Amino acid sequence: MVEFSLILIKDDDMGMTITEKILAAHAGLKEVAPGQLVNCKVDIALANDITAPISIKEFRRIGAKKVFDKERVVLVPDHFAPNKDIESATQVKMLRDFSNEQGLTNFWDAGRMGVEHTLLPEQGIVGPGDLVIGADSHTCTYGALGAFASGVGSTDLAAAMITGEAWYRVPETMLFNLKGKLGKWVSGKDVILYIIGKIGVDGALYKAMEYTGDMVPTLSQDDRFTICNMAIEAGAKNGIFLPDDVTKGYVAGRFKREAKYYPSDADAKYCERFDINGGDIELQVAFPHLPSNTRPISKVGDVKVDQVVIGSCTNGRYSDLKVAAEIIKGKKVAKGVRLIVIPATPLIYRQAMKDGLLDIFMESEAVVSTPTCGPCLGGHMGILAEGERALTTTNRNFVGRMGHRKSEVYLAGPAVAAATAIVGKICSPEDVL
Amino acid sequence: MSKKILKGRAHIFGDNIDTDAIIPARYLNTSDPAELAKHVMEDADPDFAKKVVKGDIIVGKKNFGCGSSREHAPVAIRAAGVSCVIAKSYARIFYRNSFNMALPIFESAEAPDRIAAGDEVEVDMDSGVIRNLTKKEQYQAAPIPDFMQKLIEAGGLMESVKRRMGAE
Ligand code: SF4
Repeated sequence: MVEFSLILIKDDDMGMTITEKILAAHAGLKEVAPGQLVNCKVDIALANDITAPISIKEFRRIGAKKVFDKERVVLVPDHFAPNKDIESATQVKMLRDFSNEQGLTNFWDAGRMGVEHTLLPEQGIVGPGDLVIGADSHTCTYGALGAFASGVGSTDLAAAMITGEAWYRVPETMLFNLKGKLGKWVSGKDVILYIIGKIGVDGALYKAMEYTGDMVPTLSQDDRFTICNMAIEAGAKNGIFLPDDVTKGYVAGRFKREAKYYPSDADAKYCERFDINGGDIELQVAFPHLPSNTRPISKVGDVKVDQVVIGSCTNGRYSDLKVAAEIIKGKKVAKGVRLIVIPATPLIYRQAMKDGLLDIFMESEAVVSTPTCGPCLGGHMGILAEGERALTTTNRNFVGRMGHRKSEVYLAGPAVAAATAIVGKICSPEDVL
Repeated sequence: MSKKILKGRAHIFGDNIDTDAIIPARYLNTSDPAELAKHVMEDADPDFAKKVVKGDIIVGKKNFGCGSSREHAPVAIRAAGVSCVIAKSYARIFYRNSFNMALPIFESAEAPDRIAAGDEVEVDMDSGVIRNLTKKEQYQAAPIPDFMQKLIEAGGLMESVKRRMGAE
């Protein structure tokens, strides 16, 4: 179990990590140290169709009239949308009415809607150096751009919507030195599952997970999003990459505000350091019912599945679909298996359509869905019956996460998911190519 | 600057007291603080709600408040009259929610090991000094920073936002 203390002695000229620098800058301070409580200006405040209704109720209860900035409050109805039933329609309507009343420019209704944590970076709403607060635990995804982003509850979000501010306790930072190269098919998903398998679901409780090392320049922006997305699965407050040329290339032409590229100082203080060798990371699979319950693909054994899902804020990006299509091309989904492919945003959907990826999936007899969180949280579009088993590219495999309490969820990257859909058993792409 | 002293008898709990133990999910069909207070800590100590008197202090060990993000947990503790919680460490979302819901919480490595059930304990909110009046000992917790104290004095996050709105 992790312990932390509020009392820290700080040298005057001690360096700071990127997380500390972003918090200090947004608190109007020259420096901050782990344990310190700071009040920060937020760049973006985000909520979805599950969390925003409570925030809106709080907003109204205390008689607030206006959000702090109509361009910086972002509402994305992605969880149960397009509305799956009357209750979810009512919730989304609350968001729509509130957005109209407040004149929000960033209400992403059906047709423009994508899975929030894929949509916001793609649309250039969040960028390097930002401080992002989100009433959704996977808000930590944006750390991949060199931003500080962390999930909170609806009340925190309500306050941020009104004041444009939020309070934080400066976290200690764990440094992960990613070394060497990843093998064929091995992706960001395997890196983060491997790390969570090593440190456990509370291994980074309250802390920042910062990534460095000679592997980083070889990691695509998408891989970095996936790695930061699952920081919360290790209990972390945020995950973060130092922005580099890959980041700059990604935000060019998207991010409309001024990007701030913070480095970590050479003498910044880290509470723990880990060396991770790319060569040691096989394709990973997390067994039920914890993301830390990981095994390399060579030790998975004989696991038959009923459903495969490729999508979510973890792995529903274009590059994920591309890897899957490469493996699936010209083959059919195994008998008795449902393959559900969910491009995370309309832009990804259209690109996949133009490039023929959707054809490849439909030719294989997969289901291709409109963007939504859908089955990731057991919402809709692919719920499991009692006793069923799914392999999915999502991020959580808790009891009942994708449906019945007695169903099972296995987590993996897109390559394993695609191969598994073809064979009907959890397997490596090498087994089908 | 306030000189606020919290004082009461200690109730001792162990490691990893989760939000289900603090307020079980079966009572979450209401958000009425008084209703929630009737069941506070029920799955950790079924008699707690009957024993607790105004001002009493909950002492936990490691990772207090782990589990779900339910804001009902600090609400229930506060509504039961508990003046503050002292623990070695807190789960992140409980920590946030406590300040937002105006429940003072203190972190101390030493105090939870020294304080025994029924000890009379006093906490100075400004300095973070914890005095065990029964044992005649003193421990140091991290003091609650000024703006967090203001949050608590205002009655929680939304109340402090409301005040600010009124002042503008
Ligand atoms: S895709 Fe899944 S994890 Fe991501 S925001 Fe939606 S429900 Fe949450």
